[in-house]
Amino acid sequence: MTALSAGHPTRRIDLAGVLLTLLTLIAAAIWFLPIYWALVTSLRFDADTVREFSPWPSNPTLQGYIFGITNSNLPVWYLNSTITSVAITVIAVLVSACAGYAISQLRFPGRRLLWWIILASFMIPVPALIVNHFIIIAGVGLLNTHLGIILPMLITPVTVIVYKQFFDSLPREYREAAVMDGASEFQLLFRLFLPMNWGVTTAMAIITFIGAWNSFLWPFLAANNERMMTVTVGIATVQDAFGVAYGRILAGAVLASLPVALAYLLFQRRVTQAIALSTGIKG
Amino acid sequence: MLTDRRKELIAALVLITPFLVIYGWMFVWPTIQMVTISFTNAPLIGKGDWIGLDNYRALLADPVFHTALWNTSYFVILTVVPGTAVALLIALMVSRLRGWLQSLVLALFFLPFILPVTVVYVIWDWLTNVRFGLLQGVIEPLAGRNVNVWRTLPWFMPGVALITIWWTNGFSILLFLAGLRNIPRDLYEAASLDGATRWQLFTRITWPLIWPVTVLCLTIQLILQLKIFDQVYLFAQGGRTRSTMVMVQYIYETAFQRNQGGYAATVAVMLFIIVAIFSVLQFQLLRMRGAR
Repeated sequence: MTALSAGHPTRRIDLAGVLLTLLTLIAAAIWFLPIYWALVTSLRFDADTVREFSPWPSNPTLQGYIFGITNSNLPVWYLNSTITSVAITVIAVLVSACAGYAISQLRFPGRRLLWWIILASFMIPVPALIVNHFIIIAGVGLLNTHLGIILPMLITPVTVIVYKQFFDSLPREYREAAVMDGASEFQLLFRLFLPMNWGVTTAMAIITFIGAWNSFLWPFLAANNERMMTVTVGIATVQDAFGVAYGRILAGAVLASLPVALAYLLFQRRVTQAIALSTGIKG
Repeated sequence: MLTDRRKELIAALVLITPFLVIYGWMFVWPTIQMVTISFTNAPLIGKGDWIGLDNYRALLADPVFHTALWNTSYFVILTVVPGTAVALLIALMVSRLRGWLQSLVLALFFLPFILPVTVVYVIWDWLTNVRFGLLQGVIEPLAGRNVNVWRTLPWFMPGVALITIWWTNGFSILLFLAGLRNIPRDLYEAASLDGATRWQLFTRITWPLIWPVTVLCLTIQLILQLKIFDQVYLFAQGGRTRSTMVMVQYIYETAFQRNQGGYAATVAVMLFIIVAIFSVLQFQLLRMRGAR
């Protein structure tokens, strides 16, 4: 929009631009305020949280964090979240890549049926299946286990679709040449196709990890034993356990979001890419 | 060549078996089971008797289901169009910026999206705390008193909607930014040489060209918000959940608190049908985009 400043009313339009930028910065600050306020509160003593409204704690402390780490189930929940989220990410991405490859590159009977299953699971609301997921998982005795939390969350049809489209877009000649050289399908997938753009895999892995770490409904149903809860579910229960102690509660919340916040800040571009890929928009 | 064909078949089988096991067990089977038990009076765990369409008849006359249906629709109305409009506005503002300033501002707007829902709940519960919440400073002048937002019915859904927009908007913002980047810059340059104003640039160029992305955002948001549960459940904890009931929450309550598996499955089938209709619509849109 720099072209706008051509023509004579240059000063007036520049002023409008500066004002817009200023407005944008103010809006961004307001948008971020809830997170900032949570961070500040997490650094206050519990007694200070209800009588201090300064933008910075007059008496900063890490007591909330120390309490969370040493005196609550937070470390166990962290472990549960890490195990389940990493397992979901690895299994879902691997299974999706294999299925996407088979559907894109191989001819076999039932290929169309497979594609229909994927599209159907893309259209069906997973929360509608919670009752039957619970019945199935309870039936095999996996309630309050990591596997029980993991299994229903492996349904990630968008990842299969993204992989299929990615493999479809690769030039045919590579495959033909490699097949001539006697490469097996597995070598093709893991040595040729996936390495052509690790970005796709990284992007899908990060978005799957964030989704798994953050999911609430299923882990909430699958694990009611305090020792088996994930961080995301557990953090909602600390209000009862910690009492009216907003310093501690918010310190727990900050700790709970740390892994996903870091994943985002480190791989910002990949998160953007994953969102573009899974909606079919070219970024 | 025949052995090649066989090798291909075997490879395909090995590659798709994990997929088939997981999707068969965790998707196809529960879906079939959901429909089947919706015709029975089964408890959550255990067998029930076949009762035909009784559950469906009861559901249509069930006042709590009507409330859930209405609240879900109300929530959709409060979030989908307003949220998408706000996202477009923010994307327009962010797209004007350049370099590190753009990255910083975008990160500030996007960060809430990656937070777990319970963290969002804890943050806003603190902000709206009836005695010590920072936001009571805004609420008090508006309402004339401090308001316990989550225990005051007219405030509840708009409150959850506002928080949901704050939380999930990053996704739409990114889509809009990608869409805006795809609009050729020379269009703007040519138009402004012809003396077009900022507003004309928006209505004649940006708006028509960003429209497909807007439709995409609207459908994604619609499908997402029909499945609302987490936020409503968390904020309504300990209150009169009946009046703030949404559809997924009703599935949860009938199954896990009233132990009526069959009836819960019936509610689930209804949600399933509603979402499936909109999903087919969304899929058609995606396919149209893909075709171009």
